[in-house]
Amino acid sequence: MERIYFDHSATTRVDPRVVDAMLPYFTEEYGNASSNHTHGQTAKEALESARQIVADSLNTSSKAIIFTGSGTESDNTAIKGVAEKHGKKGKHIVTSVFEHPAIANTVKYLSHNGFEVDQVPITSEGVVDLEKLKELVRDDTILVTIMTANNEIGTVQPLKDIGEIAHDKGALFHTDAVQAYGKIPIDVDKMNVDLLSLSAHKFHGPKGVGALFVKEGVTISPLLHGGGHEYGLRSSTENVPGAVGLGKAAEIAHADMDEETERLTSLRNKIIDEVTANVKESYLNGSREHRLPNNANIGFRWIEGESILLLLNHVGISISTGSACSSKSLRPSETLLALGLKPEEVHGSVRITLGRFNTAEEVDYFIEKLPPIIEKLRMMSPLAQ
Amino acid sequence: MYSDKVMDHFMNPRNVGEIKDADGVGQVGNPVCGDVMYIYIKVEQETITDIKFKTFGCGAAIATSSMLTEIALGKTIDEAMDITNEMIAEALDGLPPVKMHCSNLAADGLHAAVEDYKAKKEGRPSPTPGMSASCPGSCDSCDMKEEH
Repeated sequence: MERIYFDHSATTRVDPRVVDAMLPYFTEEYGNASSNHTHGQTAKEALESARQIVADSLNTSSKAIIFTGSGTESDNTAIKGVAEKHGKKGKHIVTSVFEHPAIANTVKYLSHNGFEVDQVPITSEGVVDLEKLKELVRDDTILVTIMTANNEIGTVQPLKDIGEIAHDKGALFHTDAVQAYGKIPIDVDKMNVDLLSLSAHKFHGPKGVGALFVKEGVTISPLLHGGGHEYGLRSSTENVPGAVGLGKAAEIAHADMDEETERLTSLRNKIIDEVTANVKESYLNGSREHRLPNNANIGFRWIEGESILLLLNHVGISISTGSACSSKSLRPSETLLALGLKPEEVHGSVRITLGRFNTAEEVDYFIEKLPPIIEKLRMMSPLAQ
Repeated sequence: MYSDKVMDHFMNPRNVGEIKDADGVGQVGNPVCGDVMYIYIKVEQETITDIKFKTFGCGAAIATSSMLTEIALGKTIDEAMDITNEMIAEALDGLPPVKMHCSNLAADGLHAAVEDYKAKKEGRPSPTPGMSASCPGSCDSCDMKEEH
Protein backbone atom coordinates (compact mmCIF):
# COMPACT_ATOMS: atom_id res chain seq x y z
CA MET A 1 0.00 0.00 0.00
CA GLU A 2 1.20 3.51 -0.78
CA ARG A 3 1.73 5.93 2.07
CA ILE A 4 -1.49 7.50 3.33
CA TYR A 5 -1.65 11.28 3.63
CA PHE A 6 -4.05 12.48 6.34
CA ASP A 7 -2.51 15.93 6.91
CA HIS A 8 -4.40 18.13 4.47
CA SER A 9 -4.58 21.06 6.89
CA ALA A 10 -0.79 21.27 6.60
CA THR A 11 -0.82 21.21 2.81
CA THR A 12 -2.34 19.27 -0.06
CA ARG A 13 -1.26 17.44 -3.18
CA VAL A 14 -1.60 19.70 -6.22
CA ASP A 15 -4.41 18.38 -8.41
CA PRO A 16 -2.94 17.21 -11.77
CA ARG A 17 -5.57 19.35 -13.56
CA VAL A 18 -4.12 22.37 -11.76
CA VAL A 19 -0.60 21.50 -12.87
CA ASP A 20 -1.81 21.13 -16.46
CA ALA A 21 -3.46 24.54 -16.31
CA MET A 22 -0.30 26.17 -14.94
CA LEU A 23 2.35 24.63 -17.20
CA PRO A 24 1.83 26.77 -20.34
CA TYR A 25 2.41 29.91 -18.27
CA PHE A 26 5.98 28.90 -17.48
CA THR A 27 7.31 28.13 -20.94
CA GLU A 28 4.86 29.44 -23.56
CA GLU A 29 2.77 32.30 -22.17
CA TYR A 30 5.52 33.64 -19.96
CA GLY A 31 4.90 37.33 -20.58
CA ASN A 32 4.83 39.98 -17.89
CA ALA A 33 1.15 40.72 -17.25
CA SER A 34 1.96 44.44 -17.06
CA SER A 35 3.44 44.56 -20.58
CA ASN A 36 1.41 46.05 -23.42
CA HIS A 37 2.38 43.55 -26.09
CA THR A 38 0.75 40.25 -26.99
CA HIS A 39 2.99 38.20 -24.69
CA GLY A 40 2.00 40.43 -21.80
CA GLN A 41 -1.66 40.66 -22.66
CA THR A 42 -2.06 36.89 -22.93
CA ALA A 43 -0.62 36.56 -19.44
CA LYS A 44 -2.86 39.38 -18.26
CA GLU A 45 -5.96 37.63 -19.59
CA ALA A 46 -5.05 34.44 -17.71
CA LEU A 47 -4.46 36.45 -14.53
CA GLU A 48 -7.78 38.25 -14.82
CA SER A 49 -9.66 35.10 -15.58
CA ALA A 50 -8.21 33.51 -12.40
CA ARG A 51 -9.20 36.63 -10.47
CA GLN A 52 -12.75 36.35 -11.78
CA ILE A 53 -13.02 32.71 -10.65
CA VAL A 54 -11.99 33.67 -7.11
CA ALA A 55 -14.36 36.66 -7.13
CA ASP A 56 -17.28 34.49 -8.29
CA SER A 57 -16.55 31.87 -5.62
CA LEU A 58 -16.89 34.52 -2.90
CA ASN A 59 -19.82 36.33 -4.56
CA THR A 60 -17.93 39.54 -5.14
CA SER A 61 -16.38 41.48 -8.01
CA SER A 62 -12.91 40.88 -9.45
CA LYS A 63 -11.83 44.38 -8.37
CA ALA A 64 -12.02 43.16 -4.77
CA ILE A 65 -9.46 40.35 -5.23
CA ILE A 66 -5.69 40.71 -5.07
CA PHE A 67 -3.18 37.91 -5.42
CA THR A 68 -0.43 37.57 -2.82
CA GLY A 69 2.44 35.21 -2.06
CA SER A 70 0.78 33.24 0.76
CA GLY A 71 -1.99 33.10 3.32
CA THR A 72 0.38 34.68 5.82
CA GLU A 73 1.05 37.57 3.46
CA SER A 74 -2.68 38.08 2.94
CA ASP A 75 -3.20 38.17 6.72
CA ASN A 76 -0.34 40.62 7.23
CA THR A 77 -1.55 42.86 4.40
CA ALA A 78 -5.08 42.92 5.78
CA ILE A 79 -4.22 43.56 9.43
CA LYS A 80 -1.27 45.92 9.09
CA GLY A 81 -2.95 47.56 6.10
CA VAL A 82 -6.06 48.38 8.15
CA ALA A 83 -4.00 49.41 11.18
CA GLU A 84 -1.90 51.85 9.18
CA LYS A 85 -4.80 53.28 7.19
CA HIS A 86 -7.31 53.55 10.03
CA GLY A 87 -4.99 53.95 13.03
CA LYS A 88 -6.01 57.59 13.41
CA LYS A 89 -9.61 56.54 13.93
CA GLY A 90 -8.82 54.09 16.69
CA LYS A 91 -6.12 51.86 18.11
CA HIS A 92 -8.19 48.89 19.19
CA ILE A 93 -8.23 45.46 17.52
CA VAL A 94 -10.24 42.40 18.54
CA THR A 95 -9.16 38.87 17.66
CA SER A 96 -9.83 35.40 19.10
CA VAL A 97 -7.78 33.24 21.46
CA PHE A 98 -7.21 30.51 18.86
CA GLU A 99 -5.97 32.23 15.73
CA HIS A 100 -3.21 30.84 13.50
CA PRO A 101 0.22 32.40 14.22
CA ALA A 102 -0.12 34.43 10.98
CA ILE A 103 -2.84 36.38 12.79
CA ALA A 104 -1.78 35.99 16.42
CA ASN A 105 1.78 37.20 15.85
CA THR A 106 0.73 40.01 13.52
CA VAL A 107 -1.66 41.53 16.08
CA LYS A 108 0.98 40.91 18.76
CA TYR A 109 3.41 42.95 16.67
CA LEU A 110 0.84 45.76 16.49
CA SER A 111 0.26 45.53 20.25
CA HIS A 112 3.95 46.42 20.66
CA ASN A 113 3.47 49.36 18.32
CA GLY A 114 0.74 51.41 19.90
CA PHE A 115 -2.32 49.23 19.35
CA GLU A 116 -4.46 47.62 22.01
CA VAL A 117 -5.56 44.06 21.31
CA ASP A 118 -8.31 42.02 22.98
CA GLN A 119 -8.89 38.32 22.46
CA VAL A 120 -12.40 36.91 22.52
CA PRO A 121 -12.62 33.50 24.25
CA ILE A 122 -14.13 30.38 22.69
CA THR A 123 -16.70 27.97 24.10
CA SER A 124 -15.89 24.34 24.92
CA GLU A 125 -17.29 23.56 21.46
CA GLY A 126 -14.54 25.64 19.82
CA VAL A 127 -16.74 28.50 18.64
CA VAL A 128 -16.14 32.17 19.55
CA ASP A 129 -18.32 33.45 22.36
CA LEU A 130 -20.51 36.07 20.64
CA GLU A 131 -21.73 37.63 23.90
CA LYS A 132 -18.14 38.22 24.97
CA LEU A 133 -17.37 39.59 21.52
CA LYS A 134 -20.17 42.16 21.89
CA GLU A 135 -18.62 43.29 25.18
CA LEU A 136 -15.15 43.62 23.66
CA VAL A 137 -15.90 45.57 20.48
CA ARG A 138 -15.86 49.31 21.24
CA ASP A 139 -16.33 52.59 19.44
CA ASP A 140 -12.58 52.88 18.85
CA THR A 141 -12.25 49.30 17.53
CA ILE A 142 -11.02 49.51 13.95
CA LEU A 143 -10.73 45.80 13.17
CA VAL A 144 -12.16 42.47 14.25
CA THR A 145 -10.10 39.57 12.87
CA ILE A 146 -11.44 36.06 13.52
CA MET A 147 -10.76 32.96 11.48
CA THR A 148 -13.40 31.26 9.34
CA ALA A 149 -12.44 27.79 10.56
CA ASN A 150 -9.78 26.76 13.06
CA ASN A 151 -6.64 25.08 11.74
CA GLU A 152 -6.38 22.51 14.54
CA ILE A 153 -9.92 21.49 15.36
CA GLY A 154 -11.68 22.63 12.18
CA THR A 155 -14.51 24.39 13.98
CA VAL A 156 -16.41 26.84 11.76
CA GLN A 157 -17.12 30.30 13.17
CA PRO A 158 -20.36 32.31 12.84
CA LEU A 159 -19.00 34.86 10.36
CA LYS A 160 -22.30 36.61 9.71
CA ASP A 161 -22.87 37.34 13.42
CA ILE A 162 -19.26 38.35 13.98
CA GLY A 163 -19.41 40.75 11.04
CA GLU A 164 -22.61 42.25 12.33
CA ILE A 165 -21.12 42.87 15.77
CA ALA A 166 -18.05 44.51 14.18
CA HIS A 167 -20.14 46.69 11.86
CA ASP A 168 -22.44 47.82 14.70
CA LYS A 169 -19.42 49.64 16.14
CA GLY A 170 -18.06 50.76 12.77
CA ALA A 171 -15.16 48.27 12.78
CA LEU A 172 -13.97 46.30 9.76
CA PHE A 173 -14.18 42.51 9.79
CA HIS A 174 -11.30 40.40 8.47
CA THR A 175 -11.37 36.62 8.41
CA ASP A 176 -8.54 34.16 7.82
CA ALA A 177 -10.27 31.62 5.59
CA VAL A 178 -7.11 29.69 4.78
CA GLN A 179 -8.49 26.42 6.20
CA ALA A 180 -12.10 26.95 5.15
CA TYR A 181 -11.95 28.31 1.61
CA GLY A 182 -12.79 25.65 -0.96
CA LYS A 183 -14.32 23.40 1.71
CA ILE A 184 -17.41 25.34 2.76
CA PRO A 185 -19.37 28.00 0.84
CA ILE A 186 -18.39 31.57 1.70
CA ASP A 187 -20.45 34.53 0.55
CA VAL A 188 -18.60 37.65 1.68
CA ASP A 189 -21.63 39.84 1.07
CA LYS A 190 -24.11 37.80 3.08
CA MET A 191 -21.54 37.02 5.77
CA ASN A 192 -20.61 40.68 6.43
CA VAL A 193 -16.92 40.13 5.58
CA ASP A 194 -14.75 43.12 4.63
CA LEU A 195 -11.43 41.34 4.17
CA LEU A 196 -10.67 37.64 3.68
CA SER A 197 -7.42 35.67 3.30
CA LEU A 198 -6.96 32.41 1.42
CA SER A 199 -4.09 30.23 0.26
CA ALA A 200 -3.92 27.97 -2.81
CA HIS A 201 -1.94 25.07 -1.36
CA LYS A 202 -4.66 24.27 1.18
CA PHE A 203 -7.13 23.30 -1.56
CA HIS A 204 -5.01 21.29 -4.00
CA GLY A 205 -3.38 24.33 -5.58
CA PRO A 206 0.30 25.32 -5.62
CA LYS A 207 2.36 26.68 -2.72
CA GLY A 208 3.57 30.28 -2.83
CA VAL A 209 0.33 31.94 -3.91
CA GLY A 210 -2.58 33.33 -1.91
CA ALA A 211 -5.29 35.89 -2.33
CA LEU A 212 -6.86 38.66 -0.31
CA PHE A 213 -10.41 39.92 -0.69
CA VAL A 214 -10.74 43.63 0.10
CA LYS A 215 -14.32 44.79 -0.19
CA GLU A 216 -14.77 47.62 -2.66
CA GLY A 217 -14.78 50.91 -0.75
CA VAL A 218 -12.58 49.54 2.07
CA THR A 219 -9.19 51.22 2.05
CA ILE A 220 -5.95 49.71 3.34
CA SER A 221 -2.26 50.60 3.07
CA PRO A 222 -0.04 48.21 1.11
CA LEU A 223 2.82 46.23 2.68
CA LEU A 224 4.86 46.28 -0.52
CA HIS A 225 5.48 49.51 -2.41
CA GLY A 226 6.70 49.44 -5.98
CA GLY A 227 5.19 49.29 -9.42
CA GLY A 228 1.60 49.47 -8.22
CA HIS A 229 0.50 45.97 -9.18
CA GLU A 230 -2.74 44.47 -7.85
CA TYR A 231 -4.59 47.80 -7.60
CA GLY A 232 -1.58 49.26 -5.80
CA LEU A 233 -2.00 46.89 -2.87
CA ARG A 234 0.71 44.37 -3.73
CA SER A 235 3.54 45.55 -5.93
CA SER A 236 5.53 42.67 -7.46
CA THR A 237 5.50 41.22 -10.96
CA GLU A 238 2.41 39.04 -11.03
CA ASN A 239 2.92 35.33 -10.44
CA VAL A 240 0.81 34.31 -13.43
CA PRO A 241 1.32 30.52 -13.24
CA GLY A 242 0.60 30.67 -9.50
CA ALA A 243 -2.57 32.73 -9.96
CA VAL A 244 -3.73 30.44 -12.77
CA GLY A 245 -3.13 27.44 -10.46
CA LEU A 246 -5.03 29.09 -7.62
CA GLY A 247 -7.90 29.89 -9.99
CA LYS A 248 -8.08 26.37 -11.38
CA ALA A 249 -7.92 24.84 -7.89
CA ALA A 250 -10.72 27.20 -6.76
CA GLU A 251 -12.81 26.30 -9.78
CA ILE A 252 -12.50 22.55 -9.12
CA ALA A 253 -13.12 22.90 -5.37
CA HIS A 254 -16.31 24.89 -5.91
CA ALA A 255 -17.62 22.76 -8.78
CA ASP A 256 -17.31 19.59 -6.67
CA MET A 257 -18.09 21.10 -3.30
CA ASP A 258 -21.47 19.52 -2.54
CA GLU A 259 -20.55 15.93 -3.32
CA GLU A 260 -17.05 16.27 -1.89
CA THR A 261 -18.46 17.67 1.35
CA GLU A 262 -20.79 14.70 1.62
CA ARG A 263 -18.02 12.19 0.85
CA LEU A 264 -15.48 13.72 3.27
CA THR A 265 -18.03 14.21 6.04
CA SER A 266 -18.98 10.56 5.86
CA LEU A 267 -15.32 9.40 5.94
CA ARG A 268 -14.55 11.81 8.77
CA ASN A 269 -17.56 10.67 10.80
CA LYS A 270 -16.51 7.07 10.33
CA ILE A 271 -13.10 7.91 11.79
CA ILE A 272 -14.60 9.80 14.73
CA ASP A 273 -17.23 7.15 15.49
CA GLU A 274 -15.08 4.08 15.12
CA VAL A 275 -11.99 5.43 16.85
CA THR A 276 -13.88 6.77 19.86
CA ALA A 277 -15.85 3.49 20.04
CA ASN A 278 -12.83 1.17 19.67
CA VAL A 279 -10.41 3.06 21.90
CA LYS A 280 -11.47 3.69 25.49
CA GLU A 281 -10.83 7.16 26.95
CA SER A 282 -10.69 8.87 23.56
CA TYR A 283 -12.76 11.89 22.57
CA LEU A 284 -13.40 14.39 19.78
CA ASN A 285 -12.02 17.89 20.35
CA GLY A 286 -14.39 20.67 19.29
CA SER A 287 -17.90 20.74 17.90
CA ARG A 288 -18.93 17.91 15.61
CA GLU A 289 -21.70 19.95 14.02
CA HIS A 290 -19.86 23.25 13.34
CA ARG A 291 -16.84 21.61 11.78
CA LEU A 292 -15.01 21.41 8.45
CA PRO A 293 -15.96 18.22 6.60
CA ASN A 294 -12.37 16.96 6.52
CA ASN A 295 -11.20 17.48 10.13
CA ALA A 296 -11.11 15.02 13.03
CA ASN A 297 -9.13 16.07 16.10
CA ILE A 298 -9.11 13.25 18.63
CA GLY A 299 -7.64 13.14 22.12
CA PHE A 300 -6.30 9.99 23.82
CA ARG A 301 -5.82 10.07 27.58
CA TRP A 302 -2.48 9.16 29.20
CA ILE A 303 -0.30 9.23 26.09
CA GLU A 304 1.48 11.85 24.02
CA GLY A 305 0.64 12.86 20.47
CA GLU A 306 4.09 12.80 18.89
CA SER A 307 4.51 9.16 19.87
CA ILE A 308 1.22 8.38 18.12
CA LEU A 309 2.41 10.33 15.06
CA LEU A 310 5.71 8.40 14.90
CA LEU A 311 4.08 4.98 15.25
CA LEU A 312 1.45 5.82 12.62
CA ASN A 313 4.22 7.12 10.39
CA HIS A 314 5.93 3.75 10.77
CA VAL A 315 2.85 1.99 9.35
CA GLY A 316 2.68 4.46 6.47
CA ILE A 317 0.18 7.07 7.70
CA SER A 318 0.95 10.81 7.94
CA ILE A 319 -1.07 12.77 10.52
CA SER A 320 -0.22 15.71 12.78
CA THR A 321 -0.31 16.38 16.49
CA GLY A 322 -2.42 18.82 18.42
CA SER A 323 0.55 18.83 20.73
CA ALA A 324 3.26 21.29 19.84
CA CYS A 325 5.82 18.71 20.98
CA SER A 326 6.79 17.85 17.44
CA SER A 327 7.30 21.44 16.40
CA LYS A 328 9.75 24.01 17.66
CA SER A 329 8.01 24.66 20.93
CA LEU A 330 6.95 22.25 23.66
CA ARG A 331 4.17 24.56 24.76
CA PRO A 332 0.77 22.85 24.69
CA SER A 333 -1.56 24.02 21.90
CA GLU A 334 -3.32 27.27 22.88
CA THR A 335 -6.32 26.20 20.83
CA LEU A 336 -6.88 23.01 22.79
CA LEU A 337 -6.19 24.74 26.12
CA ALA A 338 -8.80 27.32 25.14
CA LEU A 339 -11.32 24.48 24.70
CA GLY A 340 -10.80 23.76 28.39
CA LEU A 341 -8.58 20.69 28.04
CA LYS A 342 -5.90 19.99 30.66
CA PRO A 343 -2.31 20.29 29.38
CA GLU A 344 -1.76 16.52 29.56
CA GLU A 345 -4.94 16.01 27.51
CA VAL A 346 -3.70 18.55 24.97
CA HIS A 347 -0.47 16.59 24.59
CA GLY A 348 -2.48 13.48 23.76
CA SER A 349 -4.44 14.95 20.85
CA VAL A 350 -3.86 14.28 17.15
CA ARG A 351 -5.29 15.88 14.01
CA ILE A 352 -6.49 13.85 11.04
CA THR A 353 -7.36 15.97 8.00
CA LEU A 354 -8.68 14.36 4.83
CA GLY A 355 -8.48 15.50 1.23
CA ARG A 356 -9.64 14.88 -2.31
CA PHE A 357 -7.43 11.88 -2.98
CA ASN A 358 -8.20 9.93 0.20
CA THR A 359 -10.27 6.77 -0.14
CA ALA A 360 -12.57 4.67 2.05
CA GLU A 361 -9.92 1.91 2.02
CA GLU A 362 -7.36 4.28 3.51
CA VAL A 363 -9.79 5.25 6.25
CA ASP A 364 -10.43 1.56 7.04
CA TYR A 365 -6.68 0.87 7.20
CA PHE A 366 -6.21 3.77 9.63
CA ILE A 367 -9.09 2.62 11.83
CA GLU A 368 -7.54 -0.86 11.96
CA LYS A 369 -3.97 0.29 12.68
CA LEU A 370 -4.67 2.91 15.34
CA PRO A 371 -5.97 0.95 18.39
CA PRO A 372 -2.89 -1.31 18.87
CA ILE A 373 -0.67 1.79 18.65
CA ILE A 374 -2.64 3.52 21.40
CA GLU A 375 -2.53 0.31 23.45
CA LYS A 376 1.26 -0.02 23.03
CA LEU A 377 1.85 3.54 24.25
CA ARG A 378 -0.53 3.17 27.18
CA MET A 379 1.36 0.05 28.30
CA MET A 380 4.42 2.29 28.60
CA SER A 381 2.70 5.21 30.29
CA PRO A 382 2.89 5.78 34.05
CA LEU A 383 -0.30 7.85 33.82
CA ALA A 384 -2.45 5.08 32.30
CA GLN A 385 -5.13 3.61 34.54
CA MET B 1 14.30 14.59 12.77
CA TYR B 2 15.39 11.65 14.94
CA SER B 3 18.51 9.46 14.55
CA ASP B 4 18.19 5.76 13.69
CA LYS B 5 19.19 4.90 17.26
CA VAL B 6 16.45 7.07 18.72
CA MET B 7 13.93 5.45 16.40
CA ASP B 8 15.18 1.96 17.31
CA HIS B 9 14.80 2.64 21.05
CA PHE B 10 11.43 4.30 20.48
CA MET B 11 10.03 1.50 18.31
CA ASN B 12 11.54 -1.31 20.41
CA PRO B 13 11.95 0.11 23.90
CA ARG B 14 14.07 -1.98 26.30
CA ASN B 15 13.01 -2.71 29.89
CA VAL B 16 9.50 -1.27 29.82
CA GLY B 17 7.42 -1.92 32.92
CA GLU B 18 7.37 -1.66 36.69
CA ILE B 19 9.25 -3.51 39.41
CA LYS B 20 6.68 -4.29 42.11
CA ASP B 21 9.22 -4.69 44.93
CA ALA B 22 11.63 -2.02 43.65
CA ASP B 23 14.38 -0.82 46.00
CA GLY B 24 14.17 2.66 44.53
CA VAL B 25 11.67 4.57 42.40
CA GLY B 26 12.37 7.89 40.68
CA GLN B 27 9.65 10.13 39.26
CA VAL B 28 10.53 13.14 37.15
CA GLY B 29 8.91 15.43 34.61
CA ASN B 30 5.64 17.22 34.39
CA PRO B 31 2.48 16.32 32.46
CA VAL B 32 2.12 20.02 31.55
CA CYS B 33 5.32 19.80 29.50
CA GLY B 34 4.25 16.46 28.09
CA ASP B 35 6.91 14.25 29.67
CA VAL B 36 6.72 12.10 32.81
CA MET B 37 9.18 9.31 33.63
CA TYR B 38 9.13 6.65 36.35
CA ILE B 39 12.38 4.70 36.82
CA TYR B 40 12.34 1.54 39.00
CA ILE B 41 15.57 -0.10 40.26
CA LYS B 42 16.55 -3.26 42.14
CA VAL B 43 19.86 -2.91 44.01
CA GLU B 44 22.05 -5.74 45.33
CA GLN B 45 25.42 -5.02 46.93
CA GLU B 46 25.17 -1.40 45.77
CA THR B 47 24.81 -2.55 42.16
CA ILE B 48 21.75 -2.07 39.92
CA THR B 49 20.62 -5.63 39.11
CA ASP B 50 17.31 -4.75 37.47
CA ILE B 51 15.85 -1.55 36.02
CA LYS B 52 12.55 -0.77 34.35
CA PHE B 53 10.80 2.38 33.16
CA LYS B 54 7.40 3.80 32.36
CA THR B 55 7.22 7.01 30.35
CA PHE B 56 4.51 9.38 29.17
CA GLY B 57 6.00 11.49 26.43
CA CYS B 58 7.26 12.00 22.93
CA GLY B 59 9.63 9.82 20.92
CA ALA B 60 12.70 11.36 22.55
CA ALA B 61 11.32 10.83 26.06
CA ILE B 62 10.68 7.13 25.43
CA ALA B 63 13.98 6.55 23.62
CA THR B 64 16.07 8.26 26.34
CA SER B 65 14.31 6.21 29.03
CA SER B 66 15.04 3.01 27.14
CA MET B 67 18.68 3.93 26.50
CA LEU B 68 19.13 4.87 30.15
CA THR B 69 18.03 1.44 31.34
CA GLU B 70 20.61 -0.22 29.07
CA ILE B 71 23.40 2.03 30.29
CA ALA B 72 22.52 1.83 33.98
CA LEU B 73 22.00 -1.91 34.29
CA GLY B 74 24.95 -3.49 36.11
CA LYS B 75 26.38 -0.15 37.27
CA THR B 76 27.05 0.60 40.94
CA ILE B 77 24.86 3.30 42.46
CA ASP B 78 27.87 5.64 42.55
CA GLU B 79 28.46 5.08 38.85
CA ALA B 80 24.75 5.61 38.26
CA MET B 81 24.98 9.07 39.81
CA ASP B 82 27.64 9.98 37.23
CA ILE B 83 25.37 9.22 34.27
CA THR B 84 24.12 12.48 32.75
CA ASN B 85 21.28 13.39 30.41
CA GLU B 86 23.89 14.54 27.89
CA MET B 87 25.51 11.09 27.94
CA ILE B 88 22.15 9.49 27.13
CA ALA B 89 21.60 11.89 24.24
CA GLU B 90 25.10 11.19 22.95
CA ALA B 91 24.56 7.43 23.15
CA LEU B 92 21.49 7.95 20.94
CA ASP B 93 23.58 9.85 18.35
CA GLY B 94 22.05 13.13 19.50
CA LEU B 95 18.60 14.64 19.90
CA PRO B 96 16.97 17.62 18.15
CA PRO B 97 17.82 20.81 20.12
CA VAL B 98 14.24 21.36 21.29
CA LYS B 99 14.23 17.90 22.87
CA MET B 100 17.42 18.38 24.89
CA HIS B 101 15.65 19.76 27.95
CA CYS B 102 12.17 18.59 28.81
CA SER B 103 12.31 15.28 26.96
CA ASN B 104 15.80 14.33 28.12
CA LEU B 105 15.23 13.60 31.81
CA ALA B 106 16.05 9.92 32.09
CA ALA B 107 19.30 10.39 34.02
CA ASP B 108 17.44 12.68 36.45
CA GLY B 109 14.91 9.88 36.88
CA LEU B 110 17.67 7.40 37.66
CA HIS B 111 19.30 9.79 40.17
CA ALA B 112 15.92 10.20 41.86
CA ALA B 113 15.56 6.42 42.05
CA VAL B 114 19.03 6.10 43.63
CA GLU B 115 18.21 8.86 46.14
CA ASP B 116 14.98 7.03 46.97
CA TYR B 117 16.95 3.79 47.50
CA LYS B 118 19.46 5.54 49.78
CA ALA B 119 16.73 7.25 51.77
CA LYS B 120 14.87 3.98 52.31
CA LYS B 121 18.08 2.25 53.37
CA GLU B 122 18.87 4.97 55.88
CA GLY B 123 15.28 5.17 57.09
CA ARG B 124 14.87 8.78 55.90
CA PRO B 125 11.80 10.09 54.06
CA SER B 126 12.31 9.98 50.30
CA PRO B 127 12.95 13.26 48.47
CA THR B 128 9.84 14.79 46.91
CA PRO B 129 9.23 13.29 43.49
CA GLY B 130 8.42 15.36 40.47
CA MET B 131 10.55 18.29 39.47
CA SER B 132 14.02 17.82 38.12
CA ALA B 133 16.80 20.30 37.51
CA SER B 134 16.20 20.05 33.75
CA CYS B 135 12.45 20.63 33.88
CA PRO B 136 11.39 23.35 36.29
CA GLY B 137 7.80 22.82 35.17
CA SER B 138 7.42 25.86 32.99
CA CYS B 139 7.29 25.56 29.22
CA ASP B 140 9.13 28.87 28.85
CA SER B 141 12.35 27.11 29.79
CA CYS B 142 12.03 24.83 26.78
CA ASP B 143 10.69 27.14 24.09
CA MET B 144 13.05 27.73 21.20
CA LYS B 145 12.16 31.39 20.88
CA GLU B 146 15.01 32.22 18.54
CA GLU B 147 13.71 29.81 15.91
CA HIS B 148 10.30 31.41 15.54
